[in-house]
Amino acid sequence: MASMLNHQLSTCAISSSSSTFFNKTNFISSTSSNLSLPLKNPRIQCVANPPAEKTTYTTKVSRNANMAKLQAGYLFPEIARRKAAHMLKYPDAQVISLGIGDTTEPIPEVITAAMAKRAQSLSTIEGYSGYGAEQGEKQLRSAIASTFYKGLGIEEGDIFVSDGAKCDISRLQVLFGSNVTIAVQDPSYPAYVDSGVIMGQTGQFQKDVEKYGKIEYMKCTPENGFFPDLSTVARSDIIFFCSPNNPTGAAATREQLTRLVQFAKDNGSIIVYDSAYSLYISDESPQSIFEIPGAKEVALETSSFSKFAGFTGVRLGWTVVPKELLFSDGFPVAKDFNRIVCTCFNGSSNIPQAGGTACLSPEGVKAMSEVVGFYKENTKIIVDTFNSLGFKVYGGKNAPYVWVYFPGRSSWDVFAEILEKTHIVTTPGSGFGPGGEGFIRVSAFGHRENVLEACRRFKQLYKFISNDESKLLENAWIGKHMVLHLASSRQVYQELGVWSENRPPDNLPQ
Amino acid sequence: RCCCYLEDKRDATVSSEIANKLLKFNTKNGELRQQAANCKNDKQQSAGHLTKVPRNANMGKLRSGYLFSEISLHEFEHKQKFPHAKLIKLGIGDTTEPIPEIITSAMAEYVHSQSTVKGYKGYGAEQGNLSLRKAISERCYKDLDVKFSEVFISDGAQGDISRLQVLMGSNVTIAVQDPSFPEVYLRQAYVDSSVIIGQAGEFHEETEKYKNIDYMKCQPENQFFPDLSTASKTNIIFFCSPNNPTGTAASRQQLQHLVDFAKENGCIIIYDSAYAAYVTDDSPRSIYEIPGAKEVAIEISSFSKFAGFTGVRLGWTVVPEELLYSNGFPVVHDYNRIVCTCFNGASSISQAGGLACLSSDGYAAIKAVVDYYMDNVKIIAQTFESLGLKVYGGKNAPYIWVHFPGRRSWDVFNEILEKTHIITVPGRGFGVSGEEYIRVSAFAHRECILEAARRLRKASIN
Repeated sequence: MASMLNHQLSTCAISSSSSTFFNKTNFISSTSSNLSLPLKNPRIQCVANPPAEKTTYTTKVSRNANMAKLQAGYLFPEIARRKAAHMLKYPDAQVISLGIGDTTEPIPEVITAAMAKRAQSLSTIEGYSGYGAEQGEKQLRSAIASTFYKGLGIEEGDIFVSDGAKCDISRLQVLFGSNVTIAVQDPSYPAYVDSGVIMGQTGQFQKDVEKYGKIEYMKCTPENGFFPDLSTVARSDIIFFCSPNNPTGAAATREQLTRLVQFAKDNGSIIVYDSAYSLYISDESPQSIFEIPGAKEVALETSSFSKFAGFTGVRLGWTVVPKELLFSDGFPVAKDFNRIVCTCFNGSSNIPQAGGTACLSPEGVKAMSEVVGFYKENTKIIVDTFNSLGFKVYGGKNAPYVWVYFPGRSSWDVFAEILEKTHIVTTPGSGFGPGGEGFIRVSAFGHRENVLEACRRFKQLYKFISNDESKLLENAWIGKHMVLHLASSRQVYQELGVWSENRPPDNLPQ
Repeated sequence: RCCCYLEDKRDATVSSEIANKLLKFNTKNGELRQQAANCKNDKQQSAGHLTKVPRNANMGKLRSGYLFSEISLHEFEHKQKFPHAKLIKLGIGDTTEPIPEIITSAMAEYVHSQSTVKGYKGYGAEQGNLSLRKAISERCYKDLDVKFSEVFISDGAQGDISRLQVLMGSNVTIAVQDPSFPEVYLRQAYVDSSVIIGQAGEFHEETEKYKNIDYMKCQPENQFFPDLSTASKTNIIFFCSPNNPTGTAASRQQLQHLVDFAKENGCIIIYDSAYAAYVTDDSPRSIYEIPGAKEVAIEISSFSKFAGFTGVRLGWTVVPEELLYSNGFPVVHDYNRIVCTCFNGASSISQAGGLACLSSDGYAAIKAVVDYYMDNVKIIAQTFESLGLKVYGGKNAPYIWVHFPGRRSWDVFNEILEKTHIITVPGRGFGVSGEEYIRVSAFAHRECILEAARRLRKASIN
């Protein structure tokens, strides 16, 4: 039975590409397939088919205008769709997924044993439980408080167990409503922006800058150490901040977070702090916003078992809303969040909650750290590979993501090229916001042999660049950062007849 | 120990906090409500930092869960008075019978496989596992032309209703059946989710209704089906059949009337079929049994009452491809986007359980549990009938709606509680049209039901 189930369940593996099921409304992608010059970034236009002609019955219900503002499918189903298309094109290719941050390693037995036990107990009179508290089981809430927030003044009653961070973010957005302004890091996890659009917090998408109106985008680049220059950030009601960061992998320092908390306090803002990758931190960077004094008055924190325990399919997370966090009229945010949780949710599944409690037992914590350690080792291998190839590489130290710089190139183009030439799925940086343009996110979730194989393929693809690099470096007018671009486009330029060994092709930025 | 006697699993501190607050005051409804309303304005008086983020005005419109606190208060007071009484809870509709082993062992096996390299699965499709979607379309919508691509697996109806509200946005008008579910206590949220999204307008204390919601009266006089000729033509109509709390299932003719009404007026029906498995006559189990429904209706359903999955969390929503907004845009496309953005799939373990529920053996096993609850409801219905009371429902749902003409439902609730130590739900808690009625649920162990029946006969409540 299990194997049948597993087989059946495995057939769903890439059905997040199920936008293919909706053939009437296929996205039309206008990715440039001809690497046309000059080197501006061909933007991906994903446009739904125009509405059906009115020969069929329609209701009189207007489409929610906010939905119409959304530009395309949610990022990861889009990636999955392209992966699926690629696999159709190359049925024998061994595609390696370093795109969506999906865990690959089995859940430690100490945790699954607890969940299996709970599942079986539901068949007994003593063990059967119906509706649970919407806020989560007491012992789990208590374990979360004592494991992650020891000594930080966060109690069991401040913890709301959920079915994951993505859902919590939407519930928080429903809580805040449409009349608040939001700020996000640029680049950032797409759910913050997309949920804001859906709730009506934003204006229209502005194609020239690739931003939605009314959102404050806080640029995070290598130049500012991936922490926004707060002196240039306008006030917003809500500030979404993810650290360690998805996609850049940067972890904010204590000093930076202290400034952020002060900024929020000065502006009367609420920080929504996403700490889903906190256990990947290798240095002294704070693992919770509540390590910063004063944070309880300005921040709430969301986290997840997904990347700690491989619970991406099992679904379990939590949000902390301190008692001290108050709206402008003095009303406690936690009271309203509690009401949202009781109305818009019915509690996390009891079996995953039993798993969560096992995760936080001493044995479980040890097991989780082994799994996290495994992915961290993967990350190191990927970082070393790109470093050895001469790339500028960011992240990878405190998060399972490597943020690789491909200067002057459209990230969707690089994504497509990597997929086409090496059968590796990555994630284009611009999918996370305009600040991600020029970068590729490589995630470190994978079986070790796949990660090693992927790195071999990266070296293969980019190794001739290293050879050329030494030649080209002799030429003063080509800076090191242009090397990769030139090398990878050299073939194209040659084909187009505009390549010359002696001078740069006409349309290169100087 | 009979689990009906066990403590409510909700956070105990919440109920005792409210109960303690309210204990100081007279237990008349009006004062309680006032105090509960004041709890809503419970602001921290300390000199802490105030953010400048405005509270969502819609949250302020919500009623502060007074039904929950009132019932809790009564229960609390009752326990003080009768500390040794064995309370039988036939109030909240929570399943009590264990899940058949064929299903839990499927879930346990799946869980074990997650510790293996071969079996481990990460993120599932947000829309749900393909096999499960197919099983639902084939088993639950046999011959009704519902494609698996129209089925979206979820963690249950409450989440789905909220996601549908987010989808529809604040600029739509809604209608609900009356009596309906105003309260968080009863874990149903058409009205509350509507208020939160901003569709509902202000609450009127006198009528106990939200300004912009159309409440469609359902009473014995109209066979618990609204008179659509007097209904406003709202954008969305929430319709639950078999119905909670009245326990009645709409007939084929009634539903055809509803679908025709929706079609004439361009409405979208959101049809809640959570109790479809309890239908015993030929009342429709799905709105899609009605011709034309695919162009006007979304159907939500759940494994909660079907398979005892109230804690496991699994449900689904059907959004037909034929359902179009006024500009021709398919609703299913936007719903898919919502699901991909605001949700990350139901737990893979719950889905493995759901798949087992829909196998032949699994289905037979959970049907046996449904039949068990239906036998319970027969016993309870007969008991009240033997006391000379008119009983509605109970035929197609695990609830009965008992009429106590001329009596206030809170008085009846209190009398039943005092004399028999049984918790029910006063109909008044569902709104003005619930006055004179008591809802009794049949989710309990057989021995609790039999004991309840004994006590009721002995006390000769009427």
